[in-house]
Amino acid sequence: MRKEFREYRRNRFIIYTMTTLPIIFTALPVISLFTIQSSADPTQVRTQVAITLLLLLIIPVVLPATIAAYSVIGERDQGTLEPLLTTPISREEFLLGKSLAATIPTVAVAYGFFLVLVVAIRFGASSVVSNAVWQPAWFLAELLFAPLLALWSVWVGTAISARSSDVRVAQQLGTLASLPALVFPLLMSLQIFKPTATVAVVVAVALAAIDVVAWRIVSKMFDRERLITGASAVTMRAEAGT
Amino acid sequence: MIGLWRSPSEPSRPAAPVSNPQWFARRRYGFGVRPRTWQGWSITAVAAAAVIASVVGPKTTAREILLVGIIALYLVIAYRLGGTKRFAPPNERSLDEEEPTPLEIAVKDPVPPEIYGSQTPHEIAEAIVSHTGKFAVQTDDVVPADSIIAVRHLTKQFGSRVAFEDVSFNVRRGEVFGFLGPNGAGKTTTVRTLSTLVAPTSGTAEVAGIPLDGKHDVEIRQKIAVMTEVPGLYLRLSVRENLVFFAGLYGYRDVQPRIDRALEAVNLTSRIDDLCSGLSKGLRQRVGLARALLNDPEIVFLDEPTAGLDPVASLEVQNLINELRARGVTVFLTTHRLDEAEKLCDRVAILNTTLRTVGRIDDLRQKMFRKSILVATAEPLTDPNQVFSTIEGVEHWSLDGAGGYVVTVADVRSVAPSITRALVAVGANVLSIVEGHHSLEEVYLELVGAVG
Repeated sequence: MRKEFREYRRNRFIIYTMTTLPIIFTALPVISLFTIQSSADPTQVRTQVAITLLLLLIIPVVLPATIAAYSVIGERDQGTLEPLLTTPISREEFLLGKSLAATIPTVAVAYGFFLVLVVAIRFGASSVVSNAVWQPAWFLAELLFAPLLALWSVWVGTAISARSSDVRVAQQLGTLASLPALVFPLLMSLQIFKPTATVAVVVAVALAAIDVVAWRIVSKMFDRERLITGASAVTMRAEAGT
Repeated sequence: MIGLWRSPSEPSRPAAPVSNPQWFARRRYGFGVRPRTWQGWSITAVAAAAVIASVVGPKTTAREILLVGIIALYLVIAYRLGGTKRFAPPNERSLDEEEPTPLEIAVKDPVPPEIYGSQTPHEIAEAIVSHTGKFAVQTDDVVPADSIIAVRHLTKQFGSRVAFEDVSFNVRRGEVFGFLGPNGAGKTTTVRTLSTLVAPTSGTAEVAGIPLDGKHDVEIRQKIAVMTEVPGLYLRLSVRENLVFFAGLYGYRDVQPRIDRALEAVNLTSRIDDLCSGLSKGLRQRVGLARALLNDPEIVFLDEPTAGLDPVASLEVQNLINELRARGVTVFLTTHRLDEAEKLCDRVAILNTTLRTVGRIDDLRQKMFRKSILVATAEPLTDPNQVFSTIEGVEHWSLDGAGGYVVTVADVRSVAPSITRALVAVGANVLSIVEGHHSLEEVYLELVGAVG
């Protein structure tokens, strides 16, 4: 994991992309929430707050997806996958290292920007907005959903990375395939489920269950031979000129 | 006759790791777990008490959160402490469970009493293994006592495509073993198979005395190192950071002395803090070799280590291979460069999907080519047939340019003086009489090129 963090630090492109998206997803809603007057209809305010907070949950979905999509195919591209797999490292250790390296910074970024948002609203927005945001359900939702959504994205990204032969395809597919997990927070944001602490916990449990299933599937997919011969098949095709 | 692969004089295989009894057993289907030991039952009892306590308490949101938390925590603990094998009735063994050991088979399917003629544990084990057919090969495939890699009838297929087929050879401890063959011959797949990355389709092998059976892969990987054509380094990290990372994967705690030793071996101590992206290809290859030495491997697999290197860098790598040999490390060298193989290897194998030959290069030459003497004279002989055909021991002669003759003989040492005398007798101005030398390239082309 330390190795992954060092690589992020030395690759400014990763840091820029990790911070640009959250800045956009925080700045735009803050601006829109700041424009709401105290006299605004509370129902409309609640809806706007819900959508804003949903936008924030896109951060832990999108960011780890691109990082995880690079995790296996990136090693293969650098030629480090084979030396890595000939060490005694188990697939669980490999996957855990890769997943934590993608999840921890993403969750830190998501929590950080959520904190910035709520503090800014507390001191800068009207009381009706502040009251709508400062609800235990939203805090619990952010606290629980961010890591769970990030883990889902990591498993999806890793699965795609293990099967892809092109980094760009893996990253685009990874991002796209991780979006369906947003359906649960979306149902809360659209008030289809009333956003209460209980609903947040139940949704979190559902997400956790999905994460466990995804982990099991990815773990099974992570087969040394498949990872290696996938690369060699590409090489052989290239050598044969087909 | 069927016999044991390993000779009785060799050290016994390391015992399979014995796993501690797990506190929980995972069910065959779904996420469920059940307690299996008293520790598991204790944890379950505590969790059940906590659930009951929170249910009977006042109805609040916090209680619901607490309930979910207790259940989630219990499941996490139970799952973490659960057995690696899923729980299933004996007649419903999952496909991904380990195969029964030869001993288990023997217990289930008793060996006929006549096989137990021997009394020692080794002989009884041999009888069981022979009876069950595990790791058994024909005894005419001789395995030398100092064998560190023993491959028997190994085949790897990817679907209908055969990567290599029915390959058998031994590599002796401490030798540099060359593995040669054209592109697509199956060399790299063989290395990947022996380094546990790819499972063989059929056949058996032992690497560093450990059976290549899918159950001992981690043990094998502890004792080997692989360096591919691409050094496989993280270019954004420094040499030290790369080596620290890989040393960590072997579970070493105090890695610095190992890194220092490895870098010293490849003469790269002064570049320890350089970023790998700033190193030349030759230096990266040296770092790759240092990485391969981190775990003090018994066997180093080098797959085309000098491909794409300039002559100076190639020479450096070749010197390092010689140093590995001097340190007693067995080197399994895959290469296209026949001059390199000829210079470095104690023995070579030539593969073209099937194994064409294996042995010492000199032995191969002798086996494949007739002995010859090369004669050069200042002027062409007037009647060379008269000179050469009358000499006892000369089998054939042919022209090799103006004044050049290739004389095929039965024995160089006995015929060369006769040829010299005959040439002097006819007044020839002899420039040279030397023994004909066939390069490894000629051996290779004879075995692979002609077929291709």
